[in-house]
Amino acid sequence: MDKTVNQKAWFLVLPVFLVVAFSAILPLMTVVNYSMQDTFGNNQFFWNGVGWFKELLDPSTDLGGRFLASLGRNLLFSAIILAIEVPLGIVVALSMPRQGWTVAASLVILALPLLIPWNVVGTIWQIFGRPDIGLLGYTLNGLGIDYNYVSNEFDAWATVIVMDVWHWTSLVALLCYAGLKSIPDAYYQAAQIDGASRWAVFKAIQLPKMNRVLLIAVLLRFMDSFMIYTEPFVVTGGGPGNSTTFVSIELVKIALGQFDLGKAAALSLVYNLIILIVCWIFYTVMTNAGAERPEKQGGA
Amino acid sequence: MNTIPGRRIIMVAFLIFLLLPIYWLVNMSFKTNTEIVTTMTLWPHQPTLENYKRIFTDESWYSGYINSLTYVLINTVISISVALPAAYAFSRYRFLGDKHLFFWLLSNRMAPAAVFALPFFNLYSAINLFDTPWAVALAHCIFNVPLAVWILEGFVSGVPREIDETAFLDGYSFPRFFVKILVPLIASGIGVAAFFCFMFSWVELLLARTLTSVNAKPISAIMTRTVSASGMDWGLLAAAGVLTIIPGALVIWFVRNYIARGFALGRV
Repeated sequence: MDKTVNQKAWFLVLPVFLVVAFSAILPLMTVVNYSMQDTFGNNQFFWNGVGWFKELLDPSTDLGGRFLASLGRNLLFSAIILAIEVPLGIVVALSMPRQGWTVAASLVILALPLLIPWNVVGTIWQIFGRPDIGLLGYTLNGLGIDYNYVSNEFDAWATVIVMDVWHWTSLVALLCYAGLKSIPDAYYQAAQIDGASRWAVFKAIQLPKMNRVLLIAVLLRFMDSFMIYTEPFVVTGGGPGNSTTFVSIELVKIALGQFDLGKAAALSLVYNLIILIVCWIFYTVMTNAGAERPEKQGGA
Repeated sequence: MNTIPGRRIIMVAFLIFLLLPIYWLVNMSFKTNTEIVTTMTLWPHQPTLENYKRIFTDESWYSGYINSLTYVLINTVISISVALPAAYAFSRYRFLGDKHLFFWLLSNRMAPAAVFALPFFNLYSAINLFDTPWAVALAHCIFNVPLAVWILEGFVSGVPREIDETAFLDGYSFPRFFVKILVPLIASGIGVAAFFCFMFSWVELLLARTLTSVNAKPISAIMTRTVSASGMDWGLLAAAGVLTIIPGALVIWFVRNYIARGFALGRV
């Protein structure tokens, strides 16, 4: 489908541009401005050049140490949840019932965790996991496993990861399910005639049909896990110690807790830059994947 | 052929995994605090509606729900109405910087809320919108508008171009074509986009909490504050949690037949 060149289309895009620019560019300029300065309170600012950035990238300083440690934790966290949620989401999508009322019921239950406010998700798992009043914590301790997410680092991590799997696997599953639904029955019949194995059907038909939505799923899951804040904050508060302090939690601590605006702004910019780069890589891969297969894929 | 072995067991196990923590919250919300703290019961032995009664009679509690719903609705309306023409433009035309603009929009969807919390606080204080639903609604536009454009672009692309051309030949002006022909054709897409806007605005807390103090405090923020102030009132916390799940559950129920298509974002 060839698009016509029409510069007047800018008028149609203008409202979006203005709304988003108002919320994105103006605040970002404030951040850039802060990132070059130091403040000693009383709204007095001092020029600090690239000082904060130097400190940020140097692990021997306090700021750099905290940033790089939280960045490492955050990348580990994102890697773990992608490794769990993507395969699990595919399996769940393949396990969806085919017809009848169970389809609607399953879809509704799957979508439910996605519409729970994030701090309520935290609250749910806080209540569920507590050894004294929570079903999970109580049962695990009853089984002789010493589980306490408040004091044990491993348990805190496990809780945060299981919580994220609980919260977001449905998104991957629903995206994959949508991809699977678009496969015509004829494909499966052809595969049956050819005597293709279950694995061959998955590899040759289902996976290629899902790869576009899977890319979206991986992108969304990576981004959202990379900027996760509310859920771990409610459950563990970033602890025990700093073991579940991810980048966003660290940032809010510095910005709104210590009111260290310069440091927070420098951190914000570096954080944003990482996200921008990853986002750009995905965007390029996504548009290229679309360009390789120009035939229309079943429309909207 | 297109199924996997043991799929019923997998599905049931996964759904139970999803429902169990929610059941526990509901269970707690009907218990008294004494029952919660002293015994471990799988269902409320002395069921009570006391927790819910407190929320519905105390204005500082139920106003939170009204505040939340207000900014979510404002945000959804703004997002959809600005995103519609843009989605049409992206789908139909090539123009200067279109690809870069699209990427820039997308990158804003991905920007961490924590980065914007403080500058938004300054910005909305400066223009006297702080502590109003408008501040939160506008702030949430930063991730909802790009998302709405992205979803709607997929749906508009599904409408054959011949329809536009025929309409223009029939003498429709652009605005009239847009409202009378295009919007009805992509009604389900608009529904899907609205669903996603509702979803992401409803679940967000960090910005909503930062941009409000008293008058526009969202329910999720009231929950955290009240609980930390009055010790741990588990029953009340659970009841408030259950009430925040209900609007989402209702919305899902209404769109249940469109969920599969909606999650493909109109472009599978």
